[in-house]
Formats: sequence, C-alpha cells, structure tokens
Amino acid sequence: MARGLTSSTDHNSLPPQEITPNTTERGKIPEGRHWTRYRLMRTIIIPWALMLPILVLHAIVVLIPAIQGIYYSFTEWSGIGQAKYVGLENFRRLLFDDLEYGNALRNNLIWMAFFVTVPFAMALFTASLLARVKTGGMIYRTLLFMPYVIPSVVVAAIWRYLLSPRFGIGSQLAHLGISGLDVAFLGRPDTALVSIAFADSWHFWGFLMVLFLAAMQSIPNDLYDAAKVDGANRWQEFLHVTLPGIRATVSFMLMTVMIWSFLVFEYVWLLTQGGPGGASEVLGVVIFVNAFRRFDAGYAAAQGLTISFFAGMIVLLFVFLRRRGWEI
Amino acid sequence: MSLMKRIRRRSESLPLNHVILMLLVLFAVSPIAMILFNSVKTSAEIGRNPMGFPEAIHLDNFSTAWEKGQFARTMGNSVILVIWTVAAELILGGMAAYSLARKQPPGGSIVMFYMLVASTIPVWLYLVPLFFTWKSLNLLNTRLGLILIYVALNAPFSIFLLRSYLIGLSPDFEDAARVDGANELQVLTRIVVPLTWPGFLTVGLVVGLGVWSEFQIALIFVQEPDMFPVTTSFFKFADRYGRDWSLTSAGAAMMIIPVLLLFLALQRRFVDGLSQGGVK
Repeated sequence: MARGLTSSTDHNSLPPQEITPNTTERGKIPEGRHWTRYRLMRTIIIPWALMLPILVLHAIVVLIPAIQGIYYSFTEWSGIGQAKYVGLENFRRLLFDDLEYGNALRNNLIWMAFFVTVPFAMALFTASLLARVKTGGMIYRTLLFMPYVIPSVVVAAIWRYLLSPRFGIGSQLAHLGISGLDVAFLGRPDTALVSIAFADSWHFWGFLMVLFLAAMQSIPNDLYDAAKVDGANRWQEFLHVTLPGIRATVSFMLMTVMIWSFLVFEYVWLLTQGGPGGASEVLGVVIFVNAFRRFDAGYAAAQGLTISFFAGMIVLLFVFLRRRGWEI
Repeated sequence: MSLMKRIRRRSESLPLNHVILMLLVLFAVSPIAMILFNSVKTSAEIGRNPMGFPEAIHLDNFSTAWEKGQFARTMGNSVILVIWTVAAELILGGMAAYSLARKQPPGGSIVMFYMLVASTIPVWLYLVPLFFTWKSLNLLNTRLGLILIYVALNAPFSIFLLRSYLIGLSPDFEDAARVDGANELQVLTRIVVPLTWPGFLTVGLVVGLGVWSEFQIALIFVQEPDMFPVTTSFFKFADRYGRDWSLTSAGAAMMIIPVLLLFLALQRRFVDGLSQGGVK
C-alpha cells in the first residue's frame, strides 16, 4: 500500500512510464484503489491540467463577460458601480426611440449586401481563372494574397489617400481629362459607406480567392473532361462543375461574411468614425460610442446582444436551408 | 478523352487569363507599391506626383516619422506584445492541443465544441463587460492586459490547428521513445515539439501578424500613450489641418516592410495558416 501511494504521488507531474499499454508490464501496475488513482491521474487529471490554463483564460476573457453582457442588457449601467435592473427598457428604446440604432443597422445591411456580392464575385472569377493556370500560379496567388497581410491602419491610410479629391485616383483622372471623380468619397454621405466597404474588401478578397482556389483544386479533373465531352462552354462548366464542387466553401464563407458584416468596426472608425452625419455609422461604432464615450454601458450591452441575435439568426437560416434540402 | 483535347482545354485562352490576372495583381499590389514610393518623397513631390515613381529618394522621412510617431516606443511595445502573446499561445494552446490529440480526455469533445461556438460569439457581446472587468482588475493600460486578451481570442484557432496537426502525426515516435525509457517530459520536448514545429510556426506567424496589426482591442483597452502599440503611431501624422502624407507613408512602410518580407519568405505557411484559421 505504501509503495502504491508513493508511486502515484511521485508521478504527479509526469505520468509513469510503466503504464504504457504493454502486456508484459501490466503486472507492475498497482492493484485496486491505487491502480484507480493511478489511472485517474493518467486519464483525467493530467489531460485536464494541460487544457485548463487556456480554458480558464478563455472563460475569463470571453465566456464570463458574454454572460455578464446578457445580464447588463437588462440594466441601466454606467460601467461603474451598481447596475440597475430595468427589464426590457433597453430593447424598447432601441426598437422604438433610437433612430441611430436603426440607421446603423441599415448601414450594416448595406455593408452585408456589398460584401456578399463584390468580393465574392471577384474571388470566384479570379479563382476560376487561376485554377487553369499551370505556370506562375503560385506567384499570382502570393501577390493577390498580399493585401490580406497589410494591417488595417495601413489599408485605411492607403485608401484615404487614393479616395481623396486632392491626391487620389479621381484627381489623377481629372488631370487626364476624365472629370467628375475627384470628389471626397469619404466625406460625402452618399459614397462614404460604400467607399469604406470597398477599402475593406480590397484587403479581404484575395483571402477569399485563395480559399476558393484551394477548393477548386480539389475538384477531380475528370468532371471537367466529362463536361467538355458534353460540349459545355466555359460558363456552363463553371456553373455545373466548379460551383457545385466548391459549394461547401462558398456557403460557409457566405455565412461567415454575413456574420462579420454585423461586427464591422475598425475600417469605419479609422476612415470616417461613422460620419458624415451618421452616413457610415454601423452598429460597432454605435456600441463603442455608447459604452466608452457616453458611459451608457447597459444600453451598449443590449445593442451587443442584438448582434448575437442576428448572428444566431444567420446560422439558423443556413441550418434551416440545409435541412430543406438546399445543398449549401 | 484524347490527350490532344486535354491539352487544348488546358491551354485554351490562356494568354487572356494571364492578362486579366496581371490586371488583378496590379489592383492588389499597386496601392502597396504606391505607399512605399510615397514614403521616400517629400511633401512637395507628393503634391506634384502623387502616385508615380519617386524622382529622388528622401530617406529622412523615415527618421522624422520615427521621431514624430514615437515609433521607438510603439514598435517596442508591439514587439513585446507579439513575443509574449505568441509564446503564451504556443505553450498554452500547444498543451491543450496535445492533450486533446493524444490523451483523449473525457469531455474533450465538449471542449472542442465550446471552442467552436466561442469563436463565433460576436466580440461586441463581451467587449463592454470585459472592459469594466479589466478596469477593476487594473489591467487597463497594461501589456499583460492586452496579451491575456490576445491569447484568449486566438485560442480556438491555435488549438484547432495544432490539434489537427498532431492528429496527422503518427504517435509511433512517441511510443518508441517511451519504450526506450523516455519520460513524458522528454517525449514532449524531444519528440512532439520538434515534429510539430511546422504547426507551431504557422500558428506563431498567424497570431504574431494578428497582434502586430491589431487596432480595435488596443484602442479600447489602452489610453496611456506609454503603452500604445505601433498601430496607433499613425494618428500622430494628422492634425485638424490635414495629414502629412510623406510621414504617414514612411510610417506605413516601417510597419509593413517587415511583414511583407516575412510573408514573401514564408508565404506558403502564411497562406495555409490564415486560410485554415478563417480569421479576419
């Protein structure tokens, strides 16, 4: 018994090597209770001890604040001191009183409409061209992917410059005699939001393209040969072979991008901070301002909860369509 | 299907493909080239020649930007953030991934499911309460506070990638070492880590790039100028009258040149790692 105890405490940190599943060594494993402790150590305590640090950290940073966020949604809270329970008041306010929220939500939907079309079309088109290129494909892939590794603050600076009426593309075109485009794209209510979305998608589409390309390269060549035999042209080939072949990737990324469209903050904050006059204001900006500038943290938490609700609805939509037999 | 037809399909309208692809490459790369060109122009030259090749190379933009943007301090901060975040991520994430891949702990699949769900929780749900938690723990305006957040937010990606890397690796080597009398620590340091290092490198690159570029969390959790990361140096080049574009471009160049060199050297690992992570 004493021996069994020491052997199990000795190996607190290191699982004992006698325990390797090996029939000739089976006999050495202590019997009964100690064997159980031994096994407990090896199969539960050590594996969990290895996972615990990062799980605890993740719970502190994400899980617990997320639960608090749900709670604070039903309170009036400045961020300091006691939160006052107000029931559904925050949600009543954002549904009926808060024009800012409705405006921001509309802008998020415009952002989504832009992101599920422009970068997707560009990425699909480019990937299908690149999938046919045999030589130099790697170089194209590298160069097209490059904007994705540029930090958002630099992307924002680049496009603030390129879209400015004084230095940007518009002014260059004006010099060449093509006038009308040397306007302050980021300063006009009708162009600000789409200009920001364009800058973000310049950074993003190469990434999407690489994902689609990888999916296309795993489509068997035979399918293309068969389509050829059937006399399909390139468009039909794309429609009936390529697109079905990468459907899983496309629909997953559609879902992801739709969820991301509700989270957007950085590019808007860097380029316009929501202006001019709220024309590019999105939910992320409104929540940021409410929480950290107006100290209306309870209300900001409620707005954050609505984003989780939209994200959940998008996931459910995709699950539902799949159940209904849509092959996405 | 005859060989000729196959070849014809492959080479069909290839020149046109290359022309279109080159135009797209121009679209992707020329804005980056432009900011690098502008980084060596004087303000006067930018006014005359806002997009073209520089007429002469003015490297003093870099020293001025370095001073004015306080890059010594912000880059120092960012380097510290990157090193500690990557180190902690690799050690803690690696431990968890090793446990999940090799030890089959009871509840392991719940952990995986939790990580999957957690990575889709919108950041705006927990950011506000997290800010006030960090405030009460005195973690605002500290590097530790940022590192803890970065490690946690990258945890799902790192654990998934390292776990799948380990699963793809046969455990035979580890068993052989055990038979030869190696203890578990030796198995980890002599066998598992050396064999898994490509996975570690991928995770390190992706996480490191993310921290180097990170702006949103730093904006919210750091207000003390001494703690600002490199992404905030940019605000120093603009005032209410406008923006100094030669300094802005030089600052941008200093920020992206190391990233671009690393990317070109290790592009396959970057591309594979980032596309597996799906991180934005």
